[in-house]
Amino acid sequence: MHQLLEEIFGSELIAIIIASSLPLIFITVLVIFAVLLERKVAGHMQDRLGPMRVGYHGILQTIADFFKLIQKEDIVADTTDKRFFNLAPVLVFAGSYAAYAALPFSSAYIGSRIDLGLFYIVAISSLVVAGILMAGWSSNNKYSLLGAMRSAAQIVSYEIPTVLVILSMVMISANFTVDGKGTLSLMEISEIQTSSFWNWFVLGGAGFSLSKFLLLPFTMAAFLIFLISSLAEVNRTPFDMPEAESELVAGYHTEYSGMKFAMFFLAEYANMFAVSAIAAAIFFGGYQSPIGYLGNSLGIEWLVPIEQFFWFSVKGVFFVFVQMWLRWTLPRVRVDQLMTICWKYLIPYAFVNLTIIGIISLI
Amino acid sequence: MTIYDIIFYLFAAITVLSAFLVVTAKNIVHSAFYLLFTFFGVAGLYVLLGADFIAIVQIMVYVGGILILLLFGVMLTNKITSVEIKSGTIHVLPAVIGLGLFAAFVLSTMMTTKWKSNPAELPFTTVYDLGYILINEYVLIFELLGILLLIALIGAASIARKDKE
Repeated sequence: MHQLLEEIFGSELIAIIIASSLPLIFITVLVIFAVLLERKVAGHMQDRLGPMRVGYHGILQTIADFFKLIQKEDIVADTTDKRFFNLAPVLVFAGSYAAYAALPFSSAYIGSRIDLGLFYIVAISSLVVAGILMAGWSSNNKYSLLGAMRSAAQIVSYEIPTVLVILSMVMISANFTVDGKGTLSLMEISEIQTSSFWNWFVLGGAGFSLSKFLLLPFTMAAFLIFLISSLAEVNRTPFDMPEAESELVAGYHTEYSGMKFAMFFLAEYANMFAVSAIAAAIFFGGYQSPIGYLGNSLGIEWLVPIEQFFWFSVKGVFFVFVQMWLRWTLPRVRVDQLMTICWKYLIPYAFVNLTIIGIISLI
Repeated sequence: MTIYDIIFYLFAAITVLSAFLVVTAKNIVHSAFYLLFTFFGVAGLYVLLGADFIAIVQIMVYVGGILILLLFGVMLTNKITSVEIKSGTIHVLPAVIGLGLFAAFVLSTMMTTKWKSNPAELPFTTVYDLGYILINEYVLIFELLGILLLIALIGAASIARKDKE
């Protein structure tokens, strides 16, 4: 992809800039689609129809909303800390966008082929926490500050089970690499789970060996732990304490309006897709097709990366849909329950899971 | 000047400028937020040195851990935020002497050190070798550090715990 762009534009710099802004286009399209999906899912789950007026069944609703948001006045309250108030939405979005640099969209396109992709994503998402704290503090509003505090506490605690699960999946990947070393690159992890859904890590990894069947229940458990803690990391229901409407108005973005609010919105949906994409990549084969490629069977080589991109988006959007589904099904947990779930259940289970997977991988 | 030089000077400027702002900011929360950019700039410098693992750990530990804890500490202790921090200049003469000596020391070290000026090699991931060394040669230190951190954790929890009465 880089080479192709370099050949077209004749300059490395322009190729890099274009290649690094491609995920931005992807996020914009995704958000326009996902916001509508969220409202439609919400509507149909509550026996309503959702937006119906703009376009056929409301498909242009988000675009109309976007234009409305652009026209809105940018209200900045007098007592806010102006500099950080303006910086916070940018920081939050930058943090969630930075994670896209290591997501393999297809075998032909990945922002950066660093070997520590997964670790990088886990680390860089802490920028989001700092941005949220900045937004909450600089708003000079007690609801914003409380929301930001809750959000930061929640994200920091739920990072632990997430990282433990990721670690156990990296240990499994060591069974399948050529040199017997595990890999942190999402690209390589996706490559291992190639050719069929039977090889996905959620089903214990490639092959038909005994260890696969021993691993199967524990990888399933690992996926459940990851799903729960990723919900908490992106502040989605049942863990949407930071934005609990009935208590905190809108949490850390209470004071924001217009395009700055839209930045938070964009960052939230970008984050949702990012964690879904990570779940897809480490458990469900990433960009690999579950049934084989049309391009391979027809002998058209350039079709394969496009198909891979299709599968990657489908898997990602499916988990985004799962998040929406849960949002409109489950009630919100209390703060103490939130901490109990994390520290008394998820972390011990994740540790036990990690140990068992380690032992099985050794034998 | 290659593109990497520009990136280096960009990150260096971010680090130095934000570090300056950390020291001069009147509000302690502002200082904490500027510290974010200092850590970020240092991580960028590590990347340019080819130390990929250290760079990510820098972000993970300092931005994701220490800075957040710092912010929590500052925000939750209300009295600190309202205190005016003195950042004026006092004791000019001793400071000038001390700084001058330090600058002379740093400059002389810079001048006399034989810097490696080999052409840059393609960066290669350091994580496998680091992991190997940690588990083999330095396993005792590694485990001791782990125990030390665990003790710190238990100590903090026991201090914060309310007495049962």
